Parts: sequence; structure tokens; C-alpha cells
Amino acid sequence: MARVPRRPGDRVFAGTATGAGILILVVLAGVAVFLVTEAWPAFTAPPAALPGGTGLAGYVAPLIFGTLVAAVIALVVATPLAVGIALFITHYAPRRLAAALGSVVDLLAAIPSVVYGFWGIAALAPSLVPAYRWAEKHLGVIPLFAGPASTTGRTMLTAGLVLAVMILPIISAITREVFSQVPALHREAALALGATRWETIRLTVLPYGRSGIIGGAMLGLGRALGETLAIAIVLSTSGGITLDLISSSNPSTIAANIALQFPESSGLAVNALIASGLVLFVLTLGVNALARRVVGRRADLSGAT
Amino acid sequence: MAPRIDVTDLDLYYGSFLAVQGVTLSIEPRSITALIGPSGCGKSTFLRALNRLHEVVPGARVEGKVVLEGSSGQVVDLYGSDVDPVDVRRRIGMVFQRPNPFPTMSVYDNVAAGLRLNGARMNRSALDDLVERSLRAANLWTEVKDRLDRPGGGLSGGQQQRLCIARAIAVEPEVLLMDEPCSALDPISTLAIEDLMTELKEHFTIVIVTHNMQQAARVSESTGFFNLAGPGRPGHLVEINPTGKIFSNPDNRATEDYVSGRFG
Repeated sequence: MARVPRRPGDRVFAGTATGAGILILVVLAGVAVFLVTEAWPAFTAPPAALPGGTGLAGYVAPLIFGTLVAAVIALVVATPLAVGIALFITHYAPRRLAAALGSVVDLLAAIPSVVYGFWGIAALAPSLVPAYRWAEKHLGVIPLFAGPASTTGRTMLTAGLVLAVMILPIISAITREVFSQVPALHREAALALGATRWETIRLTVLPYGRSGIIGGAMLGLGRALGETLAIAIVLSTSGGITLDLISSSNPSTIAANIALQFPESSGLAVNALIASGLVLFVLTLGVNALARRVVGRRADLSGAT
Repeated sequence: MAPRIDVTDLDLYYGSFLAVQGVTLSIEPRSITALIGPSGCGKSTFLRALNRLHEVVPGARVEGKVVLEGSSGQVVDLYGSDVDPVDVRRRIGMVFQRPNPFPTMSVYDNVAAGLRLNGARMNRSALDDLVERSLRAANLWTEVKDRLDRPGGGLSGGQQQRLCIARAIAVEPEVLLMDEPCSALDPISTLAIEDLMTELKEHFTIVIVTHNMQQAARVSESTGFFNLAGPGRPGHLVEINPTGKIFSNPDNRATEDYVSGRFG
């Protein structure tokens, strides 16, 4: 094959595109290197020298636990809700209402997290107190509701619910996008068999959108894991690992803990905080990588068409 | 079982656009009726009105009458106010231009999909029997009997189309509508489907839209010719007659021009 002459425009474009791509990797590597070097002293320090005096694992473990519990609550609450919203918008609502509703849900993503935090502590938490009391009294046998019920409502469950509202728009935006791309061919196949509207959704939309739901949930999980301000405001943190979701003594989350402790820390305590940040970095990276793999599988699932 | 279909003065709209105007025709039971005509003349739209699939397109609507007359004489107005489109589509099956098996479902589940709808419960062996019978009727059984649990999307195009036919006839409809069922298939698969149609007309009323005039001539008893007066004008039925007459001595000059290739 003859050599194609390289045009200057192509070369310039290829150069800038490659440069931009490399820059992202450099920034990411820079963050990773910073975290590792700054966290290193905490890894090597004697356990007694670190905050809490139980070593790095003892320090970070409750934070990881708190982070995961809050994120999982958010995910469990938000995912079905988001799927419901996406289904309503794509397959049930009249077209004009669907567009309006879609932008309202997207607007939820534009609210700053500090506002969510204030809403959580000022409105949601107090209004949940009676429910927590009721749960303690009637569901107290379940470890999740063992109590004592918080009198302020600033519990792990409240924090998880605030997070749920925050990740709702991410999950519903992605599932909505996937649901609206279900080929008419599949939908009509179901309709022509005599499927009702719900059966059509069950036969075509849900199987087609499944990886979109999972991918959206994973991205929401990534957001929930890293959320700082809302948790720092809402959650009352004074305890260690506990399954109790409705008491005032909760483990903090990694991100909120860093935000609250950093200004008052020095020396090894800073290194310990950065080490916890490294753990969060790895955790979020892992979740995002997983989400990408799941969403990427969609191409195979769409089948023959 | 197979009913006769009487269409009176049918107008089909997409929004305010009149796509098909004033179609009146009768479709005989246990026969194949072919609909031919140039692209955009509304024959597919007309076909989709027969099982009330036209109206699932946003803004689409129907005026006129489509009446199903069973062999025992009972008469149903498909667009009557008390008629559920879901019931209509159960009685009138459809096969589409492009094979559209449910991609995430196995061969077996594809055929069983319609049988499991509307809360129907069947025991496993009855379901097995019906799936096998439908696949046999679609001339697909010997090719797929060892891979019933594999995805339907993994079959060849011709096999997928026969799978869709098996899926459509598994629910035992009375009418089978086929919208250019062979246009995405090679000649051998096409022949297999045509043979299948000839067998199926013993039990069903079949209406097929096709661009292939040899196909219409080969398989059908009656042929309807649709045309449109010009771009942006509604399509209409020019004539419907026994297939032999359409291809040798049609009533209308436009039909003769079209079937002999002198169109336009």
C-alpha cells in the first residue's frame, strides 16, 4: 500500500488529542503517587503513635465500614426508585410531562451537597425521629433497629437516605437513557404477541436495560462513597462498627472524617487521614472500573439486531 | 377457526398526515393474500392496522372499520370501543421484516414467551409439547432441538425468522400477518419460509406484504396492489383480485405497469 502523506492538520489534531489523553493519566498517577508517599509514614508507624492507638487498620476499619453502610443504604433505596422513575418517564408518562419530569430529576443533581446536608439535618432528621422510636420499640429485635433511638435523627439511616436522594438523578439518568434506546423492533415483537404494557416492559425493556441499571447503580455508588459534606453535616459520629442504623453513635465515613479532622490534625494523624484517603481512592476506582465493565457488556447483550 | 377479515373505508394517520386512504377489501380465510406496491404506499401501515399495532406509534390513529368474522359466524369489530387491543393481537399474530427474537432469551423461552403472557400458567410438559409443535410447524425443530437453551440471537437470519414464526404461531392465533418476512433472507431461507406459509394456510388466514412480485405470484391466492398518487399524498388500494388475474390481466392500467416493471 502506498504511503499516505500526513497532513499538518491531522498531525496537530493527533498531537493535541494524545496530549490530552496523556495529561489525564499523569494527573491520576500524580494523585496516586501523592497519596502513597504521604500515607507511607502511617503504614510504618508503631500502632500506639496513630490516633486511636490501635494501629492503622483499627483506625481505618470503622471508617470503611461507615462509608460502605451509608453507600449501601443509599443504593438499596435509590436504585428501585430510579428504575421506577426511568420507566415512568420513558414508557408511561405523556410526552410533555416526561420531558418536564426528566429535567426536574436532572435538576436534583445540580443542588450543591451542602444544601442536601442542611436539608438532612434541619428537615429530614427531625421528621424521622418518631419513625426511629417506633422502629426501636417494634423492630428492636432486629439488630439494625436495636437502638437506643437517636433523639436528633442524625443516624446512619438518615445519612444513607440523604445520599439516596443525591444519587437518584445519576442512576435514573443512565437507566432512562438505556430504556429509551430499547429497539422498537423488540417492543413490537412483544406487543404483537399480545403483551400488555407491563409485560412488554418485562420482556424487552428490563432485559435490555439490565446492564444500564447495574452500571448506573455502580456510578451512583461511586458518588455515594465519596460524598463528604452532606455526611459531615448530617451524621452524628461517636462510635465504632455497629449494625445499629438508628442510634446516635455511628462510625464516620472516610471522606467526612477527613473533612472534619484534617484542620485539627498534625504529624502522623495527617498521614493516617491520607492513608484513609488512599483506601477510598482504591475503593472508588474499583467500583468505577466494575461499572465500566458492566456497562461495556451491553453491546453483546443487544444481540442480533 | 380461521376468520375472514372485512375492511371498510379505512383511513390511517400519522398525526395529521393521512398515510393510507379509503381502503375497502375482504381477506378470505385459509388463504394467502399478498399486498404489493412501491415503497411508501402504505401497505405495511395497512398491515399494522389489522392487529392494532399501528396505534402504538405516538400520534398514529385509525378511522374506519375492520371486522373479523369467524367461521361460526361471530363478528368482532376490531376497533370497537369495548375491544382490548391486547386481545386483538393475541388473535392476530405478526412476523416482522427483520427477525426480532428476544435477544436475551433462549430459543425455548422465545417460543414460550407468548404462552407465558397474561398470567397464563401451563405445566412444564404441556409447554414442552407446545414449543416442540410450534418449532416443528415452523420447520425449525430438527435444527434447534439440541440447543433449545441457547440464545435465540445466536441462530442464523433464516433460522431466527422461522423462530419468530414459531413464536407467533405458538399462541395459536387465527390470522398471521407477515411484513416482508423474507426481505432480509437469502433465497434458500426464503424458499423454506414460503413452503412453510403454504403449510400454515391450512389453519390460518395469512396476509403478507412483499416487494418481491415473484413471491406474491408463487404463494398467494389473492393480491392487492397499493399505490400512491405522488410524494406526500396518501397511499390507496388500487385493486385486489385473484393473483393469476393481477399478473396476467389486471383491471387497472397502473397495476399492469407495476407488475410488468414499466412503473413510473
